[in-house]
Amino acid sequence: MNWRAITAIYTFEMARTRRTLAQSIVAPVISTALYFVVFGSAIGSRITEIEGVSYGSFIVPGLIMLSVLTQSIANASFGIYFPKFTGTIYELLSAPISFFEIVLGYVGAAATKSIILGSIILATAGLIVPLQIAHPFWMALFLVLTAVTFSLFGFIIGIWADGFEKLQIVPLLIITPLAFLGGSFYSISMLPPFWQKISFLNPVVYLISGFRWSFYEIADVSLGLSLGMICVFLAICMGIIWWIFKTGYQLKS
Amino acid sequence: MSPIISIANLSKTYEGGLQALKGINLDIAEGEIFGLLGPNGAGKTTLIGIICGIINPGAGSITVNGHDIVRDYRATRSLIGLVPQELTTDAFESVWNTVSFSRGLFGKSRNPAHIEKVLKELSLWDKKDEKLMNLSGGMKRRVLIAKALSHEPRILFLDEPTAGVDVELRKDMWQVVRELRASGVTIILTTHYIEEAEEMADRIGVISNGEIILVEETGELMRKLGTKRLKLELQDKLRKIPAALRPHKLELTSDGAQLIYTYDRHAQRTGITALLNDLGKAGIKFRDINTTQSSLEDIFVNLVKRTK
Repeated sequence: MNWRAITAIYTFEMARTRRTLAQSIVAPVISTALYFVVFGSAIGSRITEIEGVSYGSFIVPGLIMLSVLTQSIANASFGIYFPKFTGTIYELLSAPISFFEIVLGYVGAAATKSIILGSIILATAGLIVPLQIAHPFWMALFLVLTAVTFSLFGFIIGIWADGFEKLQIVPLLIITPLAFLGGSFYSISMLPPFWQKISFLNPVVYLISGFRWSFYEIADVSLGLSLGMICVFLAICMGIIWWIFKTGYQLKS
Repeated sequence: MSPIISIANLSKTYEGGLQALKGINLDIAEGEIFGLLGPNGAGKTTLIGIICGIINPGAGSITVNGHDIVRDYRATRSLIGLVPQELTTDAFESVWNTVSFSRGLFGKSRNPAHIEKVLKELSLWDKKDEKLMNLSGGMKRRVLIAKALSHEPRILFLDEPTAGVDVELRKDMWQVVRELRASGVTIILTTHYIEEAEEMADRIGVISNGEIILVEETGELMRKLGTKRLKLELQDKLRKIPAALRPHKLELTSDGAQLIYTYDRHAQRTGITALLNDLGKAGIKFRDINTTQSSLEDIFVNLVKRTK
């Protein structure tokens, strides 16, 4: 393993985050705080409790997941797309580094940023609403797995995209709606039976459900199913990345 | 001396069907400056891209210092530094950070003293904290060279290193290249400036339509294919070349003011004495006389024309 190269990519990407602190950390935290104000205070005052948990506290895991999903994709996709856009990708391709090591550097940095962001949002939420974390280990595991999986997914989007529009299209048109409809702000059991069935086709439901279980021990699906689904998605992303680097898709002619 | 780069029967066909390289065979000796010349689309960048790992190879094989570029890519790539043709830089990074990043990417441990030495050699030391977006084109080109040298490569590819660079900076870069060669670095140079190859390269390879059509030592190439031209500036303009002078195969410029005689300066008889005698007999007087050596550019153009 070329650990120095992995460290160089990781450090380079983390330095970019420091340079764009307002965009990378502050903006998502402010957005989440606004969600608390709108959903927690305005709407939450009309919905007192869901399955014994106050509405403000109930939406915390969903809000963290919403930010982690979107930021993981944004960080990783931009991280690999930018060298393609500027042309500096030549340096990565000509370096004595394997594709696995390139992924480790970029995805590692993107996932780290998302985990830091998720932790900040969690701490901020703790100041606003009462929180309990029933299973800290599972909470951390879901957070890390989600950050890594969606960073891998973002990496794929960054490789696939050949313009800024494509870079934005999947997060905006697919991920954000899935996250909003995945039970961030409500329990799936609150929906009519038909929409419940439709919701179970949404992979984000399983992430949020498992993550929320680690806080309050309430879930829309079983813990095993949540964990299984995220592992399946992780395996699919890894398979696609393996194929990309095997063929040089969008990287090498 | 065994070659540091050995290319055998290398072919490359892109997905669209374009055959960019056709059975290239080429050896590059350690420590030489090799000039690779060719018109646009000849295959220069494809060849460099394959050796460096940027483009997937087709048929054939390439070894660098005895290592196969596919099987032992870590060993081969760690020996190579690449300065691309395009000014591709991270606009928001500082010079120091981007050069240090390159060193790390190639698996080398931190060595601020080496980075400092490279930056000083390239007159970039006072710009080390400057963001790349604030640098001129020439300075960015130097940064790309610094990045390529950051990991102490034994082979350096310079793809059009002085494209768009002013004359003064170009000469500075030539000096840098000479110093690198003196330190034992093998340099492969592609350029559109023929005088650059003529000035710098120990050997010249000409590539056209994906084929290497000639590899020769620069001096030998000039000797073999170079011709000299004798220009006679006439006192009185001529409307046509007198019949008595036709055996000399002269050219008359369109304004009738100059006669041009082309000859091989290495030939035992250049024909100059006979020409001057015949000119005197024909009563043609001239105001000035000068000779010029055909440039590598002329040779290159003729070679490429012949292959078309």
